[in-house]
Order: sequence, then C-alpha cells, then structure tokens
Amino acid sequence: MALVEINNVHKSFGAVEVLKDVSLSVEEGEIVTIIGRSGSGKSTLLRCINALEPINSGRITIEGQQVAAGMRNLKELRQRVGIVFQAFNLFPHLKVERNITLAPTLTGRVSKREARALALECLTKVGLAEKIDAFPEQLSGGQQQRVAIARCLAMRPHLMLFDEVTSALDPELVGEVLKVMEDMARQGMTMILVTHEMNFARNVASKIVFMHQGRVWEEGPPSKLFTNPQTPELKAFIGSTRHN
Amino acid sequence: MGNLNFRPLWRYEDAFIEGILNTLWLTVIAAGIGLIIAIACAAILRSGPKLLRYPVLGYIELIRNTPPIIQIFIVFFVFPGFGIRLPPFTAASIALALYFGAYAAEIIRSGLDSIPRSQVEAGHCLGISGFQVFMHVVLPPALRNIYPSITSQFVLLLLGTSIASQISAEELFHTAGVVESRTFRSFEIYALIAGIYVCLVMAFRVFFAALGRLAFRWPTRR
Ligand SMILES: Nc1ncnc2c1ncn2[C@@H]1O[C@H](COP(=O)(O)OP(=O)(O)OP(=O)(O)O)[C@@H](O)[C@H]1O
Ligand SMILES: [Mg+2]
Repeated sequence: MALVEINNVHKSFGAVEVLKDVSLSVEEGEIVTIIGRSGSGKSTLLRCINALEPINSGRITIEGQQVAAGMRNLKELRQRVGIVFQAFNLFPHLKVERNITLAPTLTGRVSKREARALALECLTKVGLAEKIDAFPEQLSGGQQQRVAIARCLAMRPHLMLFDEVTSALDPELVGEVLKVMEDMARQGMTMILVTHEMNFARNVASKIVFMHQGRVWEEGPPSKLFTNPQTPELKAFIGSTRHN
Repeated sequence: MGNLNFRPLWRYEDAFIEGILNTLWLTVIAAGIGLIIAIACAAILRSGPKLLRYPVLGYIELIRNTPPIIQIFIVFFVFPGFGIRLPPFTAASIALALYFGAYAAEIIRSGLDSIPRSQVEAGHCLGISGFQVFMHVVLPPALRNIYPSITSQFVLLLLGTSIASQISAEELFHTAGVVESRTFRSFEIYALIAGIYVCLVMAFRVFFAALGRLAFRWPTRR
C-alpha cells in the first residue's frame, strides 16, 4: 500500500474550487515533486495532506489512516508528517535548540536530559551543529530554513512536505538548503515537495506532478515529463521556466 | 505655610509602613489574579468556544464602563446579600483583580493579534496541542509586544488601590485618613503619601525594566 493515497479530492475556498478531483499516490521512499503555475493549487494540496485545510470531498490516507480536519489522532498524524514552509516560521523567542526540542519534549518523546543530544543530532544532519545556542534572528535565511528542517527531523517523521522552501532565499543560499534535501532523499525519506527549482526536480525526483487549474494535469518520471510533455500546458510551462 | 510640621507623623511610622506593605500586597495580588483572568479571557476571545465569548465580552465591557469605586462597593456591600461576606481587604483584592483583568485582557488580546497566523500553524504542524501552542508559541512573544502597556496598566492599578480605603481596607491611603483624624496635619500627611506613591511607582518602573530585559532576551528584527 502506498504511504500517501489521495483519491478524488475536491477543495473549495468559498465558491472557488481550488482542487478538482485530485488523485495521487506516493510510495514509501518516493520523492514527488509538484510543479505548476502560481495559483494552480500546489500549496493547498500540501496543506490538505496534513489537515491544515479541510477537504470538501474525496479521501486522503497516510499509512492507511484517513486524514480529516477534526480527527482524533490529528496530533499523532502531524508528528509523522513534517512540513517546511517558504517563510521558515521558526519561533523567534526560542533558541535553535529549543525550537528543535519543543515538540519532542512536549509530546514526551524525549526527556529534558536527552533533548540537547537530539537537537545536536538533527542539527548535524543539516550542517549547523555550531548554531545550537543561537536565536533564529541571528541566522541567515538559508540557515533558518535548515533549522526548520532539523525541527521536523526531530519528530522522526515518516513523510516530509516542502512548500517552495527556497523561494524566499537569496540565490547564493539556495544551494545549501537543496543539499540538505538531497541528503534526506538519499537516506530514503519520503518527500512531497513543491518547487520552482527545475534542475533539482529533474535530478532528485522519482515522480513529477504537473498541476494546472486545480487538477493533476500530467504526472510521470522526470525523464518522461521534461523531455516528452504530452499537453500543451506543460510544454508552455516548461518553456517558461527554461530561462531561469 | 510657615507652620509645616512633619514631626507629629513620626509617631505613626509603623502605621505608614504597614499601609505601604498592604498597598503593595493588594497590588500584587490583584495584578497576579487579574493577569491570569486576562490571559484566560484573551485566549477565549481569540479561540475559545463561542458560548464563552459572550460572557467574557460582557465582563470586560461591564468593568470598563463603570467606575472602579462602584465595583468595589458591589463586591463588598452587595455580595453579602447573596451570603458571601468578605473582609474589606479580600473584597478589595477581588474587585481590583476583576478591574485589572478586564483592562489587561484587552491589552493581551491585542498582543495575541500581533502574532502572525503562520506561527500558530507552525506549532500545530509539530503535533503539539492547541494549549501548548498557545503557551509556548503565541504567549511569550505576545507578552513582549504588550509589555510596556501592561506595565502602565499595573501602575494605574497601584495608584487605584487607594480607593480600597472607601471600604476600610487598610492600605496606604486609609492609613493617611486614620493618621489625619488623630493629628489634623492634612497637608503634611497627603504630601508625604503622595511622595510615597511616587517612590513606589518609580521603584516598580525600575523593577519592570530589569524584568523585561531578563524575560525578553531574544533579538528582534528592526
Ligand atoms: N485561505 C484561502 N482563502 C481563499 N482562497 C485561497 C486561500 N488559499 C489559497 N486560495 C486560492 O486558491 C488558489 C490556489 O492557491 P495555492 O496557494 O494552492 O496555489 P499555489 O499553486 O501554491 O501557488 P503559488 O505558486 O503562487 O504558491 C489560488 O487561487 C488562491 O488564491
Ligand atoms: Mg504556493
């Protein structure tokens, strides 16, 4: 069974239908990259997967468990699904260490005594062990984003969602974040990511999903999708991204 | 003014000290309880059950639109009619806590509103409870944002404790009245306690500045 199953999902904001009959499945260890124009519903889909947004109809299951906004096990579900946002969203009043250990200690996964070791372990994975005692404001954007990833890793997620995590970064800081994500991919983490980094999508993804007007317009392995797009919409989209 | 004479007041030094201590005690109790009331009210208004929001709004409006002296009288004179008989100091503490709580609730609410929605979301995404998000993610930066306003409100409360004298709670202003009735040195007495209030307020300002530096150490943008 797939790790994530999305079946015929519809999602509206008021009268506007943003997701139209979206279906998608993600196997364990797969790296799925969602591409598409602004407003095509990429972020909304990610947000539905960890129940930040309720869906109107259809079904989303993660590890066999159905996701719903008011579900009883929502907290446990979110502990298994990490999400990283464009804007980092670190907690400014907490040092890097506490940003990382807040959820693991509050949920009783680790004791206060083990917490620092956990923070150090996760920071090492993103190459920032020396920043354990810094405040978020004292870090560059790229470093903040890597801490945000480490914060997710501390919950030992089974699935990671990334929503344009490099879009807010200065160009010279994009690489360090992508490298961390590549490492995670290599270690077998299941990931769904929205990105405009087409090279990254091409090299790392096992599957590309092209969304257009709220639908999954085309999907397939990167080799097939980028070299042989089937729809004029995808052709146009690839054409528009080629130059940057 | 040739016959200004503070000497007769010296005999009442102990009474004044006791009055000062009671004023401080009253202020701290009312502020402590009031702050808890305020945080609870602000949390309910922000994300509590709808059914609770109306009573909370009613309480805040009621307090903010009536004179505090009447609030104290109600607790002291009207509650006994319902079988709740309270000593003056306790009645004053309760009334002033309710008074401080209503104003502080509005202040804290604006503090909570200053925290971006994305912070709350980031907290929820980590799989911690709504209450934990509130306590660990939202409240600390919210309190920092409203710290200057809440300390001003605290000073107003400190000065406002003087109305507790009207139900004979034995705080500083009440002490002044007692000493006046024995010495008839009105000007000296009220000059003295005005000076004491000034000193108390200044001491608290120094204390709050230090506390703020200690509690809010994280760097902020701009
Ligand atoms: N909370 C909301 N309320 C109303 N409409 C919304 C809301 N969030 C998103 N939308 C609308 O839903 C549509 C899809 O938005 P979404 O953010 O999913 O797009 P996206 O593909 O992520 O775009 P981008 O590449 O710009 O991030 C847009 O038309 C957007 O205006
Ligand atoms: Mg988006």
